[in-house]
Amino acid sequence: MGWVALKMLTGDRAKYLGLVFGVAFASMLMSHQVSIFCGLMLRTASQILDVRDAGIWICDPELQTVDEIKPLAATDLYRVRSVPGVRWAARLSKALGRIRTADGRYRTAIVMGLDDDSFAGAPQQMLLGSWHDLRRPDGVILDDAGFSYLFPGEPVALGKTLEMNDRRVVVVGICRVAAPFQTFPVMYCRYSQALQYVPNERNTLGFIVADAVPGADPREVCRRISERTRLAAYDARSFAWLTIGYTMRSTGIPVNFGITVALGFIVGTAIAGQTFYLFTLENLKQFGALKAMGVTNKRILVMILLQAGVVGGLGYALGMGAASVFFEVTKDIYHLRGFFLPWQVAIGTAGSVVVIMFLASVVSIRRVWTLEPAIVFK
Amino acid sequence: MQVLHGVDVEVAPGEITLLVGPSGCGKTTLISIVAGLLEPTSGDVRIFDRRLGDLRGDALVAFRARMIGFVFQQYNLLPALTAAENACLPLLVQGRRRSDAIREARELLAAVGLGGKADARPAQLSGGQQQRVAIARALVHRPRLLVCDEPTAALDADSGRTVMELLRRVSLDADRAVIVVTHDSRVYGYGDRIIEMGDGRVTGVSAAADFRESHS
Repeated sequence: MGWVALKMLTGDRAKYLGLVFGVAFASMLMSHQVSIFCGLMLRTASQILDVRDAGIWICDPELQTVDEIKPLAATDLYRVRSVPGVRWAARLSKALGRIRTADGRYRTAIVMGLDDDSFAGAPQQMLLGSWHDLRRPDGVILDDAGFSYLFPGEPVALGKTLEMNDRRVVVVGICRVAAPFQTFPVMYCRYSQALQYVPNERNTLGFIVADAVPGADPREVCRRISERTRLAAYDARSFAWLTIGYTMRSTGIPVNFGITVALGFIVGTAIAGQTFYLFTLENLKQFGALKAMGVTNKRILVMILLQAGVVGGLGYALGMGAASVFFEVTKDIYHLRGFFLPWQVAIGTAGSVVVIMFLASVVSIRRVWTLEPAIVFK
Repeated sequence: MQVLHGVDVEVAPGEITLLVGPSGCGKTTLISIVAGLLEPTSGDVRIFDRRLGDLRGDALVAFRARMIGFVFQQYNLLPALTAAENACLPLLVQGRRRSDAIREARELLAAVGLGGKADARPAQLSGGQQQRVAIARALVHRPRLLVCDEPTAALDADSGRTVMELLRRVSLDADRAVIVVTHDSRVYGYGDRIIEMGDGRVTGVSAAADFRESHS
């Protein structure tokens, strides 16, 4: 009888397509918006995630996000290095500075000052040049998106001269980094240079990045650092979550995205539910005839659930396909990059579609379940 | 509300029994009970020595699926299925393979004069043709009781005649009883016995010839 259920479902093309596209719309809206939300949250932690050679971040204990920096004392670096279990520790500064091109165009940039000796936190994916070239006088590395903002339409190239805080800088490398929350260029230079490129306070040490000795538990090393230095120490993942948590608590982003996702769910349920119920109502006499002919309620339940499953499956596939196409098409557009469809979102959306189709079919099931087969004689 | 009062009728196999009476007299309730679609508050229905009251739930449904065929006033064909697919439904309900069921349905459609329309959808068929598909559907699983509710009410005179001749033909099977509920006086000529109803009671049972004579 499954075959009959599918024939009944696909027989009315308009309603069938309406059902499928209703679910597809809901799937796409939910998965797209949740993915964008996840992408935005990851963007807030992009500078943390880009530093892959240091597992531990040390900062002021009151710090709530990577963007809200209270500089440490220069001596804190040595205190951290003295903690047992710390393999190495290096300075890292992060600040905003203004880059100007020779023709007067300017952009605010994220300036990452890397330890002059170790270059800890250097970009991992170099498109042109090498981070070793940061040793050259005035040498900086710029991310490819930043290059396109400053030199729109030009192919990435080394040797471009820029100005920062009345000082000349030369692009010696082009890298690719995770998209930052704001569409600022990301520039890497030596720590000593960074102090000259951005306005300074008395203390200049934004962060200390460190790594644990092999075999040591980074969380245990973090605990020891905090205990001995009274500074905050996080493993990279916890620090990223600290930043993401701050953004979620202090902005309207989660609420507004949540509303959109809820609307997707409600609209999807309403469209699918209403259309499915109408479909059932129009076929009520046929269901009655099937019951009269000896189809049991259990078989009709299976038939309706099969119809709901097919609609849900197709709608989900189309919705996820549309969302995937969006992320695939936009992955190389600088201001849209960094967004992707996490597998957890795909699973969550599938769960939501199951709930939508269950809610949509439960009313229909109830109607058919209680249907007296004698209706066929009325 | 009590709809039927003291109804006691017997329907014999090998003949067509017409159930006639004004609207609201209880004809539909009676055939619903006879077909096992409604449960009587009191009394008993026996179909070929089997008491329907002894059957419950899935057993009753299975008995209905095996023993009873239905022809409805509005045909109740599934619009998404072809004539052959519609006609094979009772066999599918009984768990037969689809290909076998459709083959048997095609043979029956040919027997009712619709061999060339087996792949047509209901919307592509006239009312009379749809009713013949419905009759094929009602017969495909060889039921012993055929219950027809106003089978000619939605048809023109020619189509009605064709449908009743078809029912006449299938009722010749000595092992099958046919009950036809009707308002249509043109149908009276096809019955063997006529049960008259009024106000939920059987007001008369007569041979069709006597009935026609008394109403002429």
